[in-house]
Amino acid sequence: MAFIPEPISRFFHRTASPPHFYALANRLIPWLSVLLVLGLAYGLYGGLYLAPADYQQGDSYRIIYIHVPAAWMSLFVYVVMAIMGGIALIWRMKLAEVMLISSAPIGAGFTFIALVTGSLWGKPMWGAWWVWDARLTSELILLFLYLGIISLYGAIEDKRSASRAVSILALVGVVNIPIIHYSVEWWNTLHQGATVSKLDKPSIHISMLIPLLTMAVAFKLYYAVAVLQAAKLELIKREPSAQWVKNLLETSA
Amino acid sequence: MSLTAAFFAIIRRDLLLAFRRRAEMANPLFFFVLVVTLFPLAVGAQPNLLQTMAPGVVWVSALLAALLSLDGMFRSDFEDGSLEQMLLSAQSLPVLVLGKVVAHWLVTGLPLLVIAPLLALFLGLPERAMPTLWLTLLLATPVLSLIGAIGVALTVGLRRGGMILSLLVLPLYVPVLIFASSAVDRAAGGLPVSAQINILLSMLLAAAVVTPLPTAAALRMSVN
Repeated sequence: MAFIPEPISRFFHRTASPPHFYALANRLIPWLSVLLVLGLAYGLYGGLYLAPADYQQGDSYRIIYIHVPAAWMSLFVYVVMAIMGGIALIWRMKLAEVMLISSAPIGAGFTFIALVTGSLWGKPMWGAWWVWDARLTSELILLFLYLGIISLYGAIEDKRSASRAVSILALVGVVNIPIIHYSVEWWNTLHQGATVSKLDKPSIHISMLIPLLTMAVAFKLYYAVAVLQAAKLELIKREPSAQWVKNLLETSA
Repeated sequence: MSLTAAFFAIIRRDLLLAFRRRAEMANPLFFFVLVVTLFPLAVGAQPNLLQTMAPGVVWVSALLAALLSLDGMFRSDFEDGSLEQMLLSAQSLPVLVLGKVVAHWLVTGLPLLVIAPLLALFLGLPERAMPTLWLTLLLATPVLSLIGAIGVALTVGLRRGGMILSLLVLPLYVPVLIFASSAVDRAAGGLPVSAQINILLSMLLAAAVVTPLPTAAALRMSVN
């Protein structure tokens, strides 16, 4: 730990203690929620009302303001879970375990939203609810990976062991996601190419891009609020008889 | 005892145990043959249809047979306590795990290789695709055992881990299935398959090096 500056490591250790984290989450959630509402309001207004219609797809392209941020988040949350899994395995930090397992249902939700909105968009555009396209298939497999983590955690009764099990599984999964993605890509592809991430010249107009990025930030904020709420609950469930939980009950009563 | 000696001792022990229970060894094989037999009964016996589907059918059945046989990999050792002895031994656990996976593959994976060309004949797969089918099974079924070992190690402590095991392991099998069946498919059409074979080979090497580590970590979790 010699490479890490003292204030940072102190912050790290303080945040890792459940009562501190609980208090920090309580302070953060209102601010994040306000930002979330603002971002969501602007993103939806900009995306559904201000942005012009697409010259080919008409108004039905507007589903990207939900679909694309959800698909980005489905990958982002999995990577966060894998990082938390690594921290949990290396430093045995309880908070990382709690964050990992609290993230899983939210990530699965984002994956599901991405699949459903993609399928709704695919019906008018491709003429089918579901096609065996590369990105759809790898997103579906990602959903299975999430479900595997959730059900493995549910099946092991001792929650410390269960946390270690899902940490290992999340790390194995994150190594496999690129392999799965590229193998499926090679297997079959119909999905339209990436429009935003081409750094030199994105093929999306700036008036459509800004609401999209706002929505992406709003989705990140939603994830932050949801995962903090879930982690608060999980912490209390894990240590129902801890002193800080008793203090909490007394002050709120 | 040196590490190499321990590695071979584990393989020898597991093979010996398997040969003492020969009836169990045949089960994945029968399952493989049965699943392949179900396909013509379900989709109809048109030769053209079966021939197109043959690479996929053989590979999906092989994958299911491998999945079914996984559960036995650590089960009896877990129940009689010899797994704990392995964890406590002075030897490196990932190497011992690799030994167990190799023994498991020799018992459950290798027989699939022997019977698969026969089943491919049933389905009318062109003869020129046989060497490729055989090669993909040789390279890819060990990958299935290696990846599957992680799932088994995670679920060995559970009373009913079977369903969860398939949920954990099947998504990770997707790349193997894609490359293996596409290699056989291309070979049946007379196209070159060296790219697929090379990828399967690299998967095998990577899996042999990497997967024993999470498997060992998962075993430590399950036993304690």
